[in-house]
Amino acid sequence: MITQHMLDKIQDYKMAKLNIVEALNLALNQEMEKDDSVLVLGEDVGIDGGVFRVTEGLYKKFGKDRVIDTPLAEPGIVGTSIGLAVNGFKPVAEIQFSGFIYSAFDQIVSHAARIRNRSRGRFTCPLVVRAPYSGGIKALEHHSESMENIFVHTPGLKVVIPSTPSDAKGLLISAIRDPDPVIFYEPKRIYRAIKEEVNEKEYTIPIGKAKVAKEGSDVTLISWGAMVRECLEAAEKVEASCEVIDIRTLKPLDIDAIIDSVKKTGRVVIVHEAPKTSGFGAEITALINEKALLNLQAPVKRVTGFDTIFPYAKMESAYLPDERIEKGIREVLEF
Amino acid sequence: MPKKAVFKGTIEYLQILNEKGRLDERLMPSLTKNDVIRMYELMVFSRKLDDKLLALQRQGKIGTFAQVKGQEACQVGSCYAMKQEDWMFPAFRETAAFLTRGLPAEMIIETIAGDERGNKIPEDVNCFTYSVPVAGQILHAVGFAWGFKLRKERKAAVVFFGDGATSKGDFHEGLNFAGVFKIPIVFICQNNQYAISVPREKQTASETIAQKALAYGIDGIQVDGNDLFAVFKATQEALKNAKDGKGAKLIECVTYRLGDHTTADDASKYRTKKEVEEWSKKDPIVRIKKYLESKKYWKKEDEEKLLKKVEERINEAVEKAEKIGMPTREDMFKYMYKEMPWYLKEQLEEVKDAGNGSK
Repeated sequence: MITQHMLDKIQDYKMAKLNIVEALNLALNQEMEKDDSVLVLGEDVGIDGGVFRVTEGLYKKFGKDRVIDTPLAEPGIVGTSIGLAVNGFKPVAEIQFSGFIYSAFDQIVSHAARIRNRSRGRFTCPLVVRAPYSGGIKALEHHSESMENIFVHTPGLKVVIPSTPSDAKGLLISAIRDPDPVIFYEPKRIYRAIKEEVNEKEYTIPIGKAKVAKEGSDVTLISWGAMVRECLEAAEKVEASCEVIDIRTLKPLDIDAIIDSVKKTGRVVIVHEAPKTSGFGAEITALINEKALLNLQAPVKRVTGFDTIFPYAKMESAYLPDERIEKGIREVLEF
Repeated sequence: MPKKAVFKGTIEYLQILNEKGRLDERLMPSLTKNDVIRMYELMVFSRKLDDKLLALQRQGKIGTFAQVKGQEACQVGSCYAMKQEDWMFPAFRETAAFLTRGLPAEMIIETIAGDERGNKIPEDVNCFTYSVPVAGQILHAVGFAWGFKLRKERKAAVVFFGDGATSKGDFHEGLNFAGVFKIPIVFICQNNQYAISVPREKQTASETIAQKALAYGIDGIQVDGNDLFAVFKATQEALKNAKDGKGAKLIECVTYRLGDHTTADDASKYRTKKEVEEWSKKDPIVRIKKYLESKKYWKKEDEEKLLKKVEERINEAVEKAEKIGMPTREDMFKYMYKEMPWYLKEQLEEVKDAGNGSK
C-alpha cells in the first residue's frame, strides 16, 4: 500500500534538470509563493524577466507590485529596498551587473550593513542584493570584475556565491530567509554551462557551510563561483589526488571545512578571479596560518586574477586563471 | 511648426504668521489654543535642550552634535501634523522632530554622549534612527512609505534633510521613485542657507529648491520655515494628499541655522554677524510667543512655569542619560547579525579577560 509518507518521500525527491538561471528562478518562484513579503526589484526584472532571464515569468505570475521594474538607479533600488526591508518586506534587489553596484555601495555599506547595530537591534534589514559577477563571457567594460571581497571586508554583510544549480537554489532561499543583508553574487559565466538534477521541492542550503566538491588527499584546492569548475578540471589533469572545496559562502566562511582538509593534505592552492592583492585568498591564507601552520607542507599558493583592470574581450582569457591552476598545484606538490 | 510650451510650472510661497507677528487669518490652519501652546512648549524645550547640550559638550561630557537652534518651527510644525502611525525619518539635526514624536530626551543625550543605546527607538515611537551620511535616509523613507502603499495602509512617511542634501543623487533618486510609484511621503527640506560653510546659492543655481519637485512629477511648495503655522499647514495638507493616493510633496522650509553647523564648527568664519542678527529677528520661537501673548493665551507666569518645568525635565534627562553607564564590549559584537558568527565569537573571546576595553 502507498502511504502518504511514501508519497511525501517521492515528492521530496522530485528532480528536474536545471541550469543555474532556472534554479534561481525556481527559488524566487517558490519563496514568492510561500511568503507575500518577498519582492523583486531592479532594472528590467519585470516584463523583460531580467537581462539574464533569472526573473522570467515572475511579473506575470506575481504582478507589478511584487516584481517591480524600477527607474535606472542602483542607489535608488538598494536604498528603497532598505526602507522596504526595515518595514517588514523581504526585498530581493537585482543589480544588473555587479560592475554597476558601486553607486549603491554607499547604501549597502553605510546603511544596510549597519542598521541592526546602529539601532541596537530595533531595526533590521533582511535584504538580498543579487548581481551577476565575474568574467568569461566576453562582455563590455565593467561587466566582468570580481570585487566580492569589498563586501566581505564590510562588517554587517554576508556574502554568498553559488557554483552549481542545486546550491544556487538552496542558497538563494536561505539568503531570502536570512534576517540580515546578504550580497548574492552569481557567476554568470556558468549561468547556463552546468545542468544538473535539482530537487523541485523547496529546500535550503545553510549560509556559512562549505562543500567538498571532490575528495582527495594530496592537495586542497579552495575556490568559489565559476573557478570551482576550473579547479575540478585541473584536478583531473594532475597526477595527484586533489580535494576541491567550494566555500559557497565567503562571509561567514566555513573555516572548519578548510582546516579539516588542510590537516589531511598539508598543501593548499586557493583559486579566485579577483585581483590578488587583498583578495579573499589572502584572508584564507592568513586563517590557515593562524590555525594550521604546522600542518602545512608547503606555503599556501594563490592562483588569481592579476592586479590589473579586467581586460576587454580579446585578452579576457589571459586574465582568468587557466593552466596556471595546474602549475600552482604542481608547485605546492614539488615544494 | 511653431515652438510651443510643453511644460509650465509655478511654486507657491506660504507664510501665515510673519516676523512682525501679523497673522493671515484666512490661511490659519485649524489649531486649538492648546495645540499652539503644546507646539510652543516643544520648541522651547528643544531650544533649552540645545543650550544644555552645548554646555555639556563644552565641558567635555558629551560629543560633537548638531544644534537645531533656529529651525524648531520646521520640525515641530511638521511633526505635529503627523499622526502617531506615520513614520519620521531624520537626518542628524532633528532634535525637535524627535521630541515632538515622543522620543525621550535622555535617549537623544545618550546618542550624543557616544552610546548607541540612545538609538534604540522605543516600539511606540515611529521614528527611524538618525542618518549621518547626507541624503541616504531619503531613499529609506521612500522605501518604507512604499511599504504602506503596497500593504494599503493609510499612513505616510516624513523625511528631513537640508539644502546640501539636494545636491546629492539620493535626493533626486528618492523624489524620482516617489513620483513614479506615487509613494505616500512628504519630503521636508530645511533650507537653512548653509551646508556647513557653503551657501545655498552655491548648492544650486535653481531659484527655489521646491521647484525641483516639478521635474519629478510631484508637488512642491516653499514655506517660511520660521513660521510654525505655515509649516504645520503645508505638512498637514501634504500628508492628507499622500494618504489619499495623490502622491508625494516636497516642502522647502526657508529657515536659518542660528548656531554653528556642529559643535566642531565655527560659523563666524563664513557668516557675518549682521546676517545672524537679521535672522535672529525672525526667530520662530519669539514669533509664536508674541502670537500667544497677543491672543492673551500666554502670561508671564505661564512662561516662568514652563521654563521651570523644562529645566527640571532636562536635568532629569541628563541624569538618566548619565545613569545608563557604560555599554559592554559584548554590545559591540552582539548587534552585527542576528546570530553571532564564529569569527566574532573568536574575536570577543580573545579579549574576554581584558575587561570592558573602554578608556
